[in-house]
Amino acid sequence: MAEQDWQADKKAFWAVSATPLLWTLLFFLVPMSFVWLYSFGSNVGLTDIEFSGTLDNYKRAIQWLYLSIFVKSFGVAALVTVICLIIGFPVAMALTFATEKWRPWLLLGIMLPFWTNLLIRTYALMIMLGSNGYANRTMGWFWDSASWMKSLVGLQPLPAWEPIQLLYNNTAVVLGLVYVHLPFMVLPLYSALDRLDKSLIEASLDLGAGHLRTLLRIVVPLAMPGIIAGIMITLIPALGAYLTPDLMGGTESQMIANVIERQFKRANDWPFGAALSFLLIYAMFILIAVQSIKPKKRGEAA
Amino acid sequence: MALFNRTPRAPLEYTRTLWMRSWVTGVLVFLYAPLVVLMIFSFNDSKRNVVWRGFTTKYYEKALSNDTLVEALINSLTIAAFATLASLVIGAMAAIMLWRFRFPFKGAVDGTISLPIIVPEICLGVAMLIFFAWIEWPNDLIWPLNLGAITIAHITFCFPFVTMVVRSRLASFNKEEEEAAKDLGASEWQAFRDVLLPHMRPSLVAGALLAFTLSLDDFVITFFTSGPDTITFPVKVYSMVRFSVTPEVNAASTLLIILTVVLTAVALRLQGTKNLAVSH
Repeated sequence: MAEQDWQADKKAFWAVSATPLLWTLLFFLVPMSFVWLYSFGSNVGLTDIEFSGTLDNYKRAIQWLYLSIFVKSFGVAALVTVICLIIGFPVAMALTFATEKWRPWLLLGIMLPFWTNLLIRTYALMIMLGSNGYANRTMGWFWDSASWMKSLVGLQPLPAWEPIQLLYNNTAVVLGLVYVHLPFMVLPLYSALDRLDKSLIEASLDLGAGHLRTLLRIVVPLAMPGIIAGIMITLIPALGAYLTPDLMGGTESQMIANVIERQFKRANDWPFGAALSFLLIYAMFILIAVQSIKPKKRGEAA
Repeated sequence: MALFNRTPRAPLEYTRTLWMRSWVTGVLVFLYAPLVVLMIFSFNDSKRNVVWRGFTTKYYEKALSNDTLVEALINSLTIAAFATLASLVIGAMAAIMLWRFRFPFKGAVDGTISLPIIVPEICLGVAMLIFFAWIEWPNDLIWPLNLGAITIAHITFCFPFVTMVVRSRLASFNKEEEEAAKDLGASEWQAFRDVLLPHMRPSLVAGALLAFTLSLDDFVITFFTSGPDTITFPVKVYSMVRFSVTPEVNAASTLLIILTVVLTAVALRLQGTKNLAVSH
């Protein structure tokens, strides 16, 4: 059914529209435009900022020091997204093909960590990965067992297990981001796979294609919108992540959000921080634009 | 039990293959092991986290007698309650506006309203910092007014999620029902209250749960918006994790995890597990 023209019932229109429009204008657009204006400003004295229309902040931001952090953040986010896709796809498949009885519980199992506080999840993972944590102790146990087995068959036992540094490096950041973003990936994949016509899979199998071939030639192409949605929904927050790299990464593993935070809280260089923020926002827009172009091309080719 | 079911596997019963089961089990272990370990060791009578030294609840007593921690938790719950309520109203209004009306610049308005979902938290946090500094928002108001700035920031990033959820529910509404009500003499308001609102209800529950969780979860935006004297639970836990790891954090975290599970259970009771996927 067609939408109603707003002029047909102005009173009803303004009754529902005034508050959300005003709120978005006042508490979203105005603050964002302040950031934008600040990005063209410069520090005058200790606290004052002058809107001088300068491009210096952007010039500084595209120096290699900061550009490399951008590139690195993007690389980390992309890696996290790929790992989430690989881990999450079979889980989404399992959800799709689970029995009616099990599916809600499996879904709840994936969702519950997603509803749990991000900081608590990050902290819990830090306990696991600490030098005395369970990850290290489990590996130590395997090491000791291997050592014992070697001595059992008369070989030199292995040297004693040295706990390895699992926290405060790039690997920890990637692992932490995968841990907190995995549910973001599974849900869109599941909703795409669930909508898929299962008789197509059956037909493919009946016609002699193997499971792997059916997966690659039938399931993946049909689920592509969901896969792209999952990639976007994981990539964008991972790119802007602050907490995980801050807590789990070392000084070498800072991502772009950490650099922005430092400009505002410690370096007190708000204009430069604002410029970096807007570069991050532009990066998001480019990602979204690229994603929205793709399906159109696909449609034309078909 | 499915496990002992010996009927041959149909082609699409992927969940009955061993590798699929081990994969899913592995993922669930990966997701839950850290949380379970955290919860178990909150009862551990040891300063260092990993060796079990006997059962104790002393860290719960410590956490609950830690005034700033309790105050932070109360602040967080208060903010979440207000933010949820406001987000629900504003979000539902925006959803109805976008679903029902055709108006100039609709695409731009639609895009702008959903923008807070994709703008990185850090950028929104920075924007709020600059905004509240610019309008010289007072820092020394009495409770709960001192939470105003944080609550406003939370509403800004929560209500678009409510809009998204409510809008997808409205898509399944048959407008003829509303028209029938009006034909039968219902006023605009009565038709809304008795026909449209009941249809929206599951999405309102889902939206409220989502907004509450997002608000309770938020660290970055609060970190930038809060004044020197207002502290929320995530901000407090952050400083505890950052500067002095104590088992108190485990106890406090366990309490919040339990709160999350209880809230989820309540929400599931209210709307049934079938609608679970709607609330993401």
